[in-house]
Amino acid sequence: MDKKKRRLVSRTIILLLLGAALVFALYTNFTKEKNESLRKGSDAPNFVLTDMEGKEHMLSDYKGKGVFLNFWGTYCKPCEYEMPYMESQYKNYKDQGVEILAVNVGESDYAVNNFIAKHNLTFPVMIDNGSKVENAYRVDILPVTFLIDKKGEVVDIITGALTEESIQKHMERIKP
Amino acid sequence: MNEVKCDCGHVNPFGTKICSKCGMVLGNEKENKLIDMRYEGSARRSQTYKKTIIDKIWNFFSSVKVGVTLIVIALVASAIGTILPQEMYIPSTATPAEHYELEYGWFGKVYYELGFHNLYSSWWYLIIIGMLGISLLIASIDRFFPLYRSLKKQGVTRHDGFMKRQRIYGVTKLDEQDIDLEDVKKRLKKQRYHIREESGNILAEKGRFSRWGPYVNHIGLIIFLIGALLRSVPGMYIDKVLWLREGETKEIPGTNGEYYLQNNGFTLEVYDKENKEDEQYSAAIDKTGTIAKTYQSDVTLYEAQRETIPGEKVDLNKLKDFKIKVNEPLKHDHYALYQVDYKLDELSTMAFNLINKKTEENYGSLKVDLNNPQKKYELNKGYSVDLISYFPDFEFDEKGQPRTISKIPNNPAFIFKMYTPDKPDGEVSFVAIKETVEPLGENTYKMAFNGVETKDVTALTVRKDLTLWILFTGGIIFMVGVVQGSYWNHRRIWIKRKNEEILISGHTNKNWHGIKRDIKHAIESTSLCEPSDQLEEEKSSTKGEVLNG
Amino acid sequence: MAELSSNFLYAAFILYLIATFLFGGSIKDKRGAEEKKQNKWAKLGIMITILGFASQIGYFNTRWIAAGHAPVSNLFEFTTFFGMMLVGAFILIYFLYKLPALGLFALPIALLIIAYASMFPTEISPLIPALQSDWLHIHVTTAAAGQSILAISFIAAIIYLVKSVDQSQSSKRTFWLEIIMYTLVSTIGFVIITSTFAAMDYKANFDWVDKHDELAKQEFNLPALVGPHEGELTDTERFEPLVNMPAIINAKKLNTVIWSMGIGLVLYGLIRLISRKRVAALIKPIVKNVNLNLLDEISYRSVLIGFPIFTLGALIFAMIWAQVAWTRFWGWDPKEVWALVTWLFYAAFLHLRMSKGWQGEKSAWLAVIGFAIMIFNLIFVNLVIAGLHSYA
Repeated sequence: MDKKKRRLVSRTIILLLLGAALVFALYTNFTKEKNESLRKGSDAPNFVLTDMEGKEHMLSDYKGKGVFLNFWGTYCKPCEYEMPYMESQYKNYKDQGVEILAVNVGESDYAVNNFIAKHNLTFPVMIDNGSKVENAYRVDILPVTFLIDKKGEVVDIITGALTEESIQKHMERIKP
Repeated sequence: MNEVKCDCGHVNPFGTKICSKCGMVLGNEKENKLIDMRYEGSARRSQTYKKTIIDKIWNFFSSVKVGVTLIVIALVASAIGTILPQEMYIPSTATPAEHYELEYGWFGKVYYELGFHNLYSSWWYLIIIGMLGISLLIASIDRFFPLYRSLKKQGVTRHDGFMKRQRIYGVTKLDEQDIDLEDVKKRLKKQRYHIREESGNILAEKGRFSRWGPYVNHIGLIIFLIGALLRSVPGMYIDKVLWLREGETKEIPGTNGEYYLQNNGFTLEVYDKENKEDEQYSAAIDKTGTIAKTYQSDVTLYEAQRETIPGEKVDLNKLKDFKIKVNEPLKHDHYALYQVDYKLDELSTMAFNLINKKTEENYGSLKVDLNNPQKKYELNKGYSVDLISYFPDFEFDEKGQPRTISKIPNNPAFIFKMYTPDKPDGEVSFVAIKETVEPLGENTYKMAFNGVETKDVTALTVRKDLTLWILFTGGIIFMVGVVQGSYWNHRRIWIKRKNEEILISGHTNKNWHGIKRDIKHAIESTSLCEPSDQLEEEKSSTKGEVLNG
Repeated sequence: MAELSSNFLYAAFILYLIATFLFGGSIKDKRGAEEKKQNKWAKLGIMITILGFASQIGYFNTRWIAAGHAPVSNLFEFTTFFGMMLVGAFILIYFLYKLPALGLFALPIALLIIAYASMFPTEISPLIPALQSDWLHIHVTTAAAGQSILAISFIAAIIYLVKSVDQSQSSKRTFWLEIIMYTLVSTIGFVIITSTFAAMDYKANFDWVDKHDELAKQEFNLPALVGPHEGELTDTERFEPLVNMPAIINAKKLNTVIWSMGIGLVLYGLIRLISRKRVAALIKPIVKNVNLNLLDEISYRSVLIGFPIFTLGALIFAMIWAQVAWTRFWGWDPKEVWALVTWLFYAAFLHLRMSKGWQGEKSAWLAVIGFAIMIFNLIFVNLVIAGLHSYA
């Protein structure tokens, strides 16, 4: 009788382990694409970049503030679409503790300066030469925006063009 | 459950078909002419209990029928996945939904709708493979232990019924003189049989370890599957692509800023029939056209001097120079860099002369770095050019406006403003490859094209796979097990004295030819009768009937 | 050197042919039919076979020297090599069991494979970068060795079936056995028709419209019974196709298949008409003295010997090389998948045999299916399903 019970227990354990392995395999297979990108709730990787005016920005210096981190390129239409909205919302939220950092994906100074002039951008714009920050944030599709809260945590990741309304909503989410 | 007590006194677990000690046939096996020796007639554990749901699941996976069915399903499913190319092999520019219908008609559409374009990562394929893995493990556990025990416990003296029902069986009647079995024993020993004796009866056995082969190879397979499973654990596996222009140095993606790579030059070499060493291929070259010989990137690997945060300026230490070729990846610290793709002659600079359209007089040259253009170019005194707009990968959008579709200078276009002493307000000229437009009216001057410089770009795959050694271990264990089980066989010969007779019977799990040869050799010099193959007799008698009838 | 090499191959071909007849003679001779009692015919047969094998090794080595790499890099070379390994495997099994009837079936099949191989372009081709590795010969030779030993199990199975299937009435079993015979005859048909028209230097060029609606050219080397999509014959005095195919079907390959099967049907029909018997019934007397148990054991033994070698060559070495050359050890390329399918099939075979007791005829049919899968992988996957392996 005792022997039988032991056997039942060991069988249950083995089956549970195997079942767990199978569930794990299925789970990781279906979250594979998500794993490629940064996860919500993880710490935003720190970086340091120099903006077009020569000022150095280190992400960790913005602890206590919300950061609207946007990756973009001049050749990307939806990026261009959301820029004016970002600019107008920047004016509203600058004093409420939300900073915009717009990281260009390694284009020439010439192209970026032209773009800034064209759209009269006042928030810091920086070029990520050598794609180091892009790699750290595992950027794939442009535009992509990382919402970083005052603790330096990634609250949300939004790909695709944003409307003025949605930018405002997102700003509210990371306002300290 | 009831246990089964044999006449010899040995107590066997329920479901046992052959007493593991004396070999007496228990239960309904008695009616058959030959006994089924699979798993020594021991009770498979799963068959002993059929009570709880756990036991039912266990029994399900323990069954060979289920195992073979799973193998067949996996086999058929895998085959279906090759009918049309999987999604990863269709051109990356194509939209799968359209591509399959476009290329393969209605069949392609159905194939896509059923999800067969991604068959090998579909949930049901994974479940089949997973169930196969579970079945491997449970079936092995269920069979190995009883088999091990009954082989360990097996007695020397076997029941007459057991001997008689072996495929190889023979009786020698002793008239008066006895037969000395010492010589037989010696010969069997010489053939590397392990001999056990018990009151004049003999059990000669060899190659028992080959019985463990299947279990060893199943363990290998399970380790392999575990390795495959671990790949999705973060940090175990990296798969990135690095595009690198000649002369460029970049961080190797996936290394967290630890390593950098510089491209010192890319070479594409093709077979040349004019070349002495490629002469023998001339027929093939004529037929196929160009055949690539080498893709090679000369690179330098650097290491960051300290840990940095992305974007920070970093000083590099040179680690090594290397020539990466197909089949010769650069390996360093678990990372491997493979040559996978290239792009020849990407534009890197473009040069222009400012000339007078009529006189063609040259007022100076400028060279635009296509990856880092300047805003203003000073030429001869009094002459200068402003770059108003630059489109590295130019096309007209739907409104007829020029725009760039990427940052790569595949098709550069420029808007220049040319300042000259006679046109101090400047003349605007739109310059693209093979076309010049003067949007604000007829100009006196133009930017005359004066050559390009190009660079090759190499594409390298960055790979880290910490599961490889697990897979490799699994593979080796599998091979050991499968060789152990296939190239050796478990042979047993029983010799029993019974009154005035000597019984000989033999069993092997395969290669009956071999055991017959062994027995024949062992009894050669004695007057023992050579045992016969009972299966053969059976066959030939039925054959006789057919021939007669 | 290249010429010397092809002479060696011819010599091997002729020697195998002679050996086949010698094994035929040994069967006629009553003494040779039983196991272990080799007669003179059989002894001579195996000697000639070994000589032929040596000659083919001569071909292999000289071609290796001429090409600068192991001659296993295109369909002609690989298929020829497979034929050679099949003879090698036969020699090995022959020395284990001394069964002349095996030679009478193994050698013609090896001959057929070599003849089939020579229908493909035979010029020496250079190695593309992905193939430039020692793993080329390690992987390919081991895989081919494994496959050829597995093929011996098919040959033993065929003999088993010819002998055991009851020919006195027609049944499912006689039907499928005839299908196998017909397939073999069709392969002969393919060789005959291809070499005949190649000797005549037959060429018919077509302009046609491919599936991307673009104009393309195609050269047919057999009279086109079926033509390409919207095909226009550009040569004069050539056979006009009876019907044009839709664009997604490769008309040239389909045409070859139709021709081979047609000639096969004619040959097969002739045999049936003249003999008034099923082909299997016709050859049944040849094997009447062969021991079924022995054949069953040979078939099973071959799988046992071949399976580990196949696993090593076609899966393990293949994975190691794929990791080096293609950055990943497994990529679900059709050829890879079919190697897996073959492996799974023989795994199922072994389980059915060991645990379910599928012996004798059941096991023989399985051995036939296993061989069909390997041939499918060799021919169909290379020619029809394009993948990373379709170098030929």
